[in-house]
Amino acid sequence: MSLLTSLARLRALEEGIAQPVATVRHCHLSARPMVFVPLKLSGEAAAPLAAMLGTERERPRLLVVTQPRNRDLRFAWAAELAGVLLPYIEGFLADTETVERRNADPYERAMDAPQLIVPNQGGVAFTRLLGRSTRFRRPDGPYPVPESVPVLGRWLTYFGERAAYPGSALMLAATEELGRHWASGQSGLEDANLAALLAWITTGPSEEAEDPLVWPPAGPATDPGFDAEVLAPAIESGKPERVAEALRTQLEPTWRLMWQAIDLLAGLPEGASAAQRWEQDRGSFSGMATHLAEGAPPQARRDGAVAAAARLARMERAQAAYDVQRAYDDPLVMAEYRLTGEAFAGEVVETDPDNTEGEGRSRKLRPLVVIKTDDPVRLPPGATLGTPQRRAQGAELVSAGEGLVTVKITKGMGRGRTAAPGAVPEVGERVCYTSLTDDFQGSPQLPEAEATPWTHGGPPQDYVPDDEDAQEEWS
Amino acid sequence: MPSERLEAGRPAPRGEAMSTQHRLDALRGTTPPRPHDARAIAALAANPGCSRRALMDGAGVDKDAAARHLGFPAPFGQSPFAITRGNVFEALVKADGCAELLRMLREALGLPVAEVAYHDVENVGAHLRHAHTRALIDRAATGGQDAGTLYDHPLLTLEIAGHTAYLEPDVVAFQLGGRFHIVEIKSFAVIDGQADPAAVAAAARQAAVYVLALRTLLEELGHDPLQVSHDVVLVCPENFANRPVATLVDVRRQLAVLRRQLTRMTSLDRLLAALPEDVTFDLRPDEDGRPTRPVAELADALRGATARYAPDCLSTCDLCFFCRDEARQEGACDLLGRQVRDELGGVASVAEALGLADGTRDPAVGQEEIARLLRNAERLRRECLT
Repeated sequence: MSLLTSLARLRALEEGIAQPVATVRHCHLSARPMVFVPLKLSGEAAAPLAAMLGTERERPRLLVVTQPRNRDLRFAWAAELAGVLLPYIEGFLADTETVERRNADPYERAMDAPQLIVPNQGGVAFTRLLGRSTRFRRPDGPYPVPESVPVLGRWLTYFGERAAYPGSALMLAATEELGRHWASGQSGLEDANLAALLAWITTGPSEEAEDPLVWPPAGPATDPGFDAEVLAPAIESGKPERVAEALRTQLEPTWRLMWQAIDLLAGLPEGASAAQRWEQDRGSFSGMATHLAEGAPPQARRDGAVAAAARLARMERAQAAYDVQRAYDDPLVMAEYRLTGEAFAGEVVETDPDNTEGEGRSRKLRPLVVIKTDDPVRLPPGATLGTPQRRAQGAELVSAGEGLVTVKITKGMGRGRTAAPGAVPEVGERVCYTSLTDDFQGSPQLPEAEATPWTHGGPPQDYVPDDEDAQEEWS
Repeated sequence: MPSERLEAGRPAPRGEAMSTQHRLDALRGTTPPRPHDARAIAALAANPGCSRRALMDGAGVDKDAAARHLGFPAPFGQSPFAITRGNVFEALVKADGCAELLRMLREALGLPVAEVAYHDVENVGAHLRHAHTRALIDRAATGGQDAGTLYDHPLLTLEIAGHTAYLEPDVVAFQLGGRFHIVEIKSFAVIDGQADPAAVAAAARQAAVYVLALRTLLEELGHDPLQVSHDVVLVCPENFANRPVATLVDVRRQLAVLRRQLTRMTSLDRLLAALPEDVTFDLRPDEDGRPTRPVAELADALRGATARYAPDCLSTCDLCFFCRDEARQEGACDLLGRQVRDELGGVASVAEALGLADGTRDPAVGQEEIARLLRNAERLRRECLT
C-alpha cells in the first residue's frame, strides 16, 4: 500500500464512503463468469459442506453434503460439482484461433476462457485444496470415484494456481478485486469481509456487515454460532432437506453480494492492457486443456526444483509487467510513481522537434521536449523513460530542476529526417513520463528437469499413480 | 483445545508484592479471576504497549465477560465441529499412554525405545500439579534413575508483569540425551508438507511461552536452562486424514521476541500508579454470575487505562470491538492498520492527517516531511479524479 492509498483510506473514513484508487478496471470481466461460493466444515482442512454456484444470478445451483462425515457423500458432491463446472469449462474449448509463433509450431488458442469468481482469498485456498484432495483419485481400483472427479480436481488445481499468477483473471477473489479499485475506511484485514467492504463502497460502513445473523460469513468457514445452533442440530436430525435449507440461508446473502461486486466492477471501463493479459489467460487455458487431453499425469504435490524456479521466474515477470501495465493504463496508479519521483506529468512548454545529435552519417534525430511539472522528479540525467501517451516511444531524461524537465525522444518518432506527425508532443499538451518500462525480460536459463543438479535434490522422481493415492483418507 | 484450560486460584501475595496484588484484586473486584494462558501471553507480547490489556490480564479480569457486558461481544467463537475435531485428534495422539506420540517422537527425536515411560501429572490432583511437575522435572534434570520420559498435563508457571501465570503445555517430552522438548498438539492439517503459515506461527508463539516457562523452572531449580530444546515438536494431522505427523519447529526467534517484549512490558506497578486509586473494572456479578455494573460506569473505568488498538487485535483480544469503537470516536489512524499508521509516521488522528493534506493545518515540528508528502498526494489525487 502506498501513501496515496493511505490518504484515500483516510478520506474514506472522513467521508464515510469508500474512495476510488483506480480510474479503470484492471481485470478482465467475463460476459458469463462462474460465481462459486464454497463452504467447508469447520475444523477440517478441505471437507466440503456446500457450494452455491452458477453463471446466472437468478438461477444459483445449491450443492450440499447433507452428512459431512460421510465419505461417499463427499465424493458424490464432488461429482455433482464436476457436473456443473466441467461442462462450463469445456464449453470454451470449441471456438479457437490459430496463433503463429516464432521458432515454434502454431497452436490453437481458445477465443474465450472460463472465469471463476469466489468471494475471498479463503475461497481461492479452499478451491486449491479441493483440487488437491480430488485430483489423485481414480475411477478404478480401491475406493473408485466417478470419472469426472479427478478431472475436476485437476481443473480446480489449475484455477487455484492461476489465481496466484499476477494479472491473471481466470480466477478472481471478489474482495481482492474490489480492494484494488476502492479504498475503504477500514483496515486491510477487515476488507477481507465481503459484506463490510461492499457496504463501504455502496452505502457507507454498516454495523450489520459484521453481524453473522444479517450477513453470514462469505465462506469458506461458516459462523461458529450457526454451526452450533443451526447446522449441528440439522445434521443430527438426519433430514437432508433441513441441512440443505440451513446452508441455503448462509449462502444466499453472499450470492447476492457476489453479483453486486461484479456489477460494481463492470461499471468501470476496462483498462487498456487487460485484454492483453486475458489473451495470455486464454493461451494458458488452452495449454492446460491440451495437457489434460494428452493424458498428462495430475499436477505434482510439490514442484520439483527446476519447475519451482521456472514458476517463480514466470510469476516475477508477470508481477513486474502487471505493475507497469496498470500504471500506464491508469493515471491514478501512475500517481503513486509520481509521488515517489519515478514519474512526472505536466504541460509541454517548449519543443525542438528537429534537434539532432552527431554529425555526418551518424547524425540522429533527437527531438527535445521541455515539460513544466509540479511533481518532485527524482530521476538522474540519462534515465530511460516511457510515456503512457505514446506507448511505442522511448525517451531519455536530459535535465531536471526548478519544475522544468527536458526530455530527449530516442525511439518511436519515425525514420524520416523530421519526426513523424504527432510523434513529438505539441506545446500545451499534457504528458507524463516515467522510468517504469515494460521491457521484455528473457527467462532465466534453467536445466531440464532430468538434469537437476544434486545440490537441488537431483532429478525429481516421475509420478507413478498408485493405490495409495486413491486410499488417501478424506476425513 | 483443552490445553488452554483455565486454572483457577493463585498463590497468596508475598511481601512487597502485597500492595500491587491488593490493587489488582481491587481492580478485578468481586468478579472471579481468569488468569493468563499461553495464548494470552503470546498475544500480550504481540501488543506490549497496550496498558488496558496488561492491566486487565494482570488482574485476571474476564475480558470476554466484560466485552459482552459492554455490548461489544468478541467476534470469535469456536465451532463445535472444530472443537470435536480437535479433541478427537488430541485423544488419538495421546491414546494408550501416548503410544502414537511415542512412535512419532522416536522418528522425529530419535528417542531410545527402551527408556520410554509415561507420567500423567493430572492424576495427582489440580492443587498439587505444579509442585509435582516441579519435582518430576527436577528429578529428570538431575538424571534420577526413575525419571520419566513423557509428562502429560504438566503445569508450569511464568511471571508476567510481576504476576504468576499458570500454563499447561500439551506434553513435555524428556530425552535421555539430556534435552526436554515441548510437544504441541494442533488440529490444523499439514498438507504435502505445508501448513497454514498463520496457524504455524501462532502455535510457535504459544510453544515459545512453554519453552520459556520450562527454562525458567530449570533455572530456579539450579539446572542448566538450555536443557530445554528450542526445537518444539508440533503434532498435526497429515493431509486430509486424522493420522498425526510430527515436525520439529525452531522457536528461537519467537523466544527472543517474547523475552524482549516481556522485559519491555511496563511493570504493572507503574501502570497502576497512573490509575486513580478508586478505579475498578469490577463487573459486580450477582448470585448467578450476571454482571450488574452500570455499563457506562464500566466503560469509563476502562477508558482510564489507555489502549493501543490495532486491527490485529480483532483476532486476538476479547475487548477488540470496544477498543475499535473507541478508536473510531477518537478518529484515530490506528483504525486503518499498522501499515497506514507507520506510513503517516507520527500523525495520530485522521483529522490531523487530512488537515495536513488539505493544507488547512500547519505541520508541527518534525511533521514537515510527512506534510509535504500528504499535500503532494492530495494534489495528485485531485488531479486524477477531476
